[in-house]
Amino acid sequence: GKNEYDLLVIGGGSGGLACAKEAAQFGRKVAVLDYVEPSPQGTKWGLGGTCVNVGCIPKKLMHQAALLGSALKDAQHYGWNIAQPVHHTWPVMAQAVQNYVKSLNWGHRVQLQDKKVKYFNMKGSFSDPYTIRGLTKAGKETIVTAENIVIATGGRPKYPTHIAGALEYGITSDDLFWLKESPGKTLTPFVFNVSLECAGFLTGIGLDTTVMVRSIPLRGFDQQMASLVTEHMESYGTKFLKRCFPTKVEKLESKRLQVTWKNTDLGTEETDFFDTVMWAVGRAPDTETLNLEAVGVKTNSETGKIIVDASEATSVPHIYAVGDLTEGRPELTPTAIAAGKLLAQRLFGQSSELMDYDNVPTTVFTPLEYGCVGLSEEAAVQCYGLDNIEVYHAYYKPLEFTVAKRDATQCYMKMVCLREREQRILGLHFIGPNAGEVIQGFALGIKCGATYPQLKKTIGIHPTCAEEITKLHITKRSGLDATVTGC
Amino acid sequence: DYDLIIIGGGSGGLACSKEAAAFGKKVMVLDYVVPTPLGTSWGLGGTCVNVGCIPKKLMHQAALLGQALQDSRKYGWQYEEQVKHNWEIMVEAIQNYIGSLNWGYRVSLREKSVTYLNSYGEFIEPHKIKATNRKGQVTYHTAETFVLATGERPRYLGIPGDKEYCITSDDLFSLPYCPGKTLVVGASYVALECAGFLAGLGLDVTVMVRSILLRGFDQEMAEKIGAHMETHGVKFIRNLQIFIQVEQLEEGMPGRLKVTAKSTEGPEIFEEEYNTVLIAIGRDACTRNIGLETIGVKINEKNGKVPVNDEEQTNVPYVYAIGDILDGKLELTPVAIQAGKLLARRLYGGSSTKCDYINVPTTVFTPLEYGSCGFAEERAIEEYGKQNLEVYHSLFWPLEWTVPGRDNNTCYAKIICSKHDNNRVIGFHVLGPNAGEVTQGFAAAIKCGLTKELLDETIGIHPTCGEVFTTMDITKSSGQDITQRGC
Repeated sequence: GKNEYDLLVIGGGSGGLACAKEAAQFGRKVAVLDYVEPSPQGTKWGLGGTCVNVGCIPKKLMHQAALLGSALKDAQHYGWNIAQPVHHTWPVMAQAVQNYVKSLNWGHRVQLQDKKVKYFNMKGSFSDPYTIRGLTKAGKETIVTAENIVIATGGRPKYPTHIAGALEYGITSDDLFWLKESPGKTLTPFVFNVSLECAGFLTGIGLDTTVMVRSIPLRGFDQQMASLVTEHMESYGTKFLKRCFPTKVEKLESKRLQVTWKNTDLGTEETDFFDTVMWAVGRAPDTETLNLEAVGVKTNSETGKIIVDASEATSVPHIYAVGDLTEGRPELTPTAIAAGKLLAQRLFGQSSELMDYDNVPTTVFTPLEYGCVGLSEEAAVQCYGLDNIEVYHAYYKPLEFTVAKRDATQCYMKMVCLREREQRILGLHFIGPNAGEVIQGFALGIKCGATYPQLKKTIGIHPTCAEEITKLHITKRSGLDATVTGC
Repeated sequence: DYDLIIIGGGSGGLACSKEAAAFGKKVMVLDYVVPTPLGTSWGLGGTCVNVGCIPKKLMHQAALLGQALQDSRKYGWQYEEQVKHNWEIMVEAIQNYIGSLNWGYRVSLREKSVTYLNSYGEFIEPHKIKATNRKGQVTYHTAETFVLATGERPRYLGIPGDKEYCITSDDLFSLPYCPGKTLVVGASYVALECAGFLAGLGLDVTVMVRSILLRGFDQEMAEKIGAHMETHGVKFIRNLQIFIQVEQLEEGMPGRLKVTAKSTEGPEIFEEEYNTVLIAIGRDACTRNIGLETIGVKINEKNGKVPVNDEEQTNVPYVYAIGDILDGKLELTPVAIQAGKLLARRLYGGSSTKCDYINVPTTVFTPLEYGSCGFAEERAIEEYGKQNLEVYHSLFWPLEWTVPGRDNNTCYAKIICSKHDNNRVIGFHVLGPNAGEVTQGFAAAIKCGLTKELLDETIGIHPTCGEVFTTMDITKSSGQDITQRGC
């Protein structure tokens, strides 16, 4: 009929591509539009979205580079003879990471081709509920119509434009991963985990890094765990300027940046020089140029995110949304992928399965990683009351830290359970190496309704860090020392 | 004189003694290490602490760090090309740590008022043992209840030169000199783990295998482990059965040994020179010389192990047994600890909880680690029938290995589901880095009745290795290709 495609996806990121490929499996005619508006600094990238290009992937690789720096130190304790000096060269790492990311861009294009999904490198906007106007970089226009449209344009980092010089002289994570030269002495004024992770690996590769925090770090996460993470980063070498906020950024003749900030504790104004200022003040949904008003897709007035129901449907029939730009959803790649796939299955595969956003596990890849699933302790207390929950906890020392003489002060885990009867597990929090690997399986356990007694019945694998979770027995309530002793 | 006497101060024995003492019982632990033929001995704590899990994992870590050193260059780290490993530094660091654990155990027993005798215990009449210390001094002790927890020691080949010139894992972890060019005899996990880390430290290693690798483990996984070791420089000689002798060509630290063996297939004689021969063909229970016949405790004559009921009780009601010496049970530290603790609670704490030996997870710490829980594929087929099973599998490439370009399509994940039981996961297998950390949580989930559907509903943590289990679509029965291409 009138509509060329069964499905048009605007946004070729984690959610968009997953949805498109799944729909194509059902023999549908599918098209994907992907377009990257260059950052204010001019950075741009290929097909794949945030995760692949300026998120999870390059972040974890650079985190790995930093971890390898620690490994080099450890190795000497284990008998490896490494001649000093040891130093890190940014361009070698950056090029390796960027080359890998480019191979993924390529891989995605090949995949779309293999699955017969049409790919347009164009910026899309709505003309009407079934019509998208696509614009290439050169300004060439193409009209595309589709029976169903999925908006998956994700988000982009915000700039604190009220701060003088912020836009002109600062960069964001969009730029960091594509820098050809080392960022040098860096300041990251931040609110969110992305910048803690970046500050962490920058410190790990030997750069002078400062984090500036106005109020609390890792908002939304369990606060006890957040403090342990930042405490570790401090002992690791990252500098923290607490309860400060920047007021202006100026560029000097030497090309260095001068940042001035207000210290709210002392009420003073302070200043220092940096090579790079990387803003991490949050991400805004990329919906401005979509022309949503023209078709009536409702967004949240505060966040700008698209409002969807449990089936990912927007306020306009046949228009859906998945991923980071949907209101109330976690901003994670795996949830976007799962939501995108299930949506395609419901639209074209006669499935009725809805996405389950409960108990989604995550990991913050700071120098000492933090993995969690379920409720934070505060949320559990708020939900059930202090008397109705039991928190089991332990400070432990990874075996590998012993010979390496590494400080394990912040290696900690806690399990928040219901206090009564079967003691169902509400939340699990773990700080230590390979936190993501540790938590993944337990997230499954929680999906199975795991209880504390069931966990206790599970035999541990020795020697690992994860086994300590099966051995948790000291409660916060008891006030006893929670340090794991001996073998 | 005592409520409880435990013979053997290892993982099981110590756990049981401390738990019993906590109930206010009068407890004695006897621990005595008969020196190896070469004179090696160690302190309190048993196999795991002294000559098992702990030093093994630390040496494995040293080898992994060697790999990390190589990777680090690709991530931008620069230092002198020549990197060598110093065996003595590593052994000293590891032995120091073990020494601290031996000490820790002695303090712990003292604090809990458990009497510790560094003496060899043997039964002389019902309820009575004779304890002989290093100096030959003899004391006698009686108790209401006894627990046998004497563990095992490595088996020798029974050929000329084996005890005089060969070492076992009992000697390896405290060897004061680098073993050099090593022949590892055996295909147990001990053999493969040792061969693996020795090769990782830069040594010339050959493994001599009589028939299959890792008997008792999933054979598909075992072969993959072997293949990986081979591509990483470990030589395998398979199907050589009859050892003739080991001669010493030259004394030294290490010396030079000549090994002579005969093939089972033909008349060829195998002769080769090595610095060290490490025998790892299995372990024998320490039950033959402790006077069990005197009090009528039956052992399995074939393997020397002790049969017990599901409460760890031998045929003599006041004698129990735990740990590696149990007939038909897993030889693992956490199992011994769990059994020991629960036994004490049943004897003195009014508990009736028995040790759950089902779905105990394990990990083999070969260079490519292997974690598993539940059925091996061949066992599952035997038990359930091939048509009643669905096996999902996937190759995966850890993100951290992409930049250094390591081992693509080598890591492997497999789950075995029971079709008639809601696709319940009855076997979990993972081959990849941090396999123990990955497996632990899944073991808990399996205890909670994990099904394929729940796996599919759980969101993965990105980017990790563990997440591969949340997106496994390809079955073995479909015959589809699982080679990974790109993202």
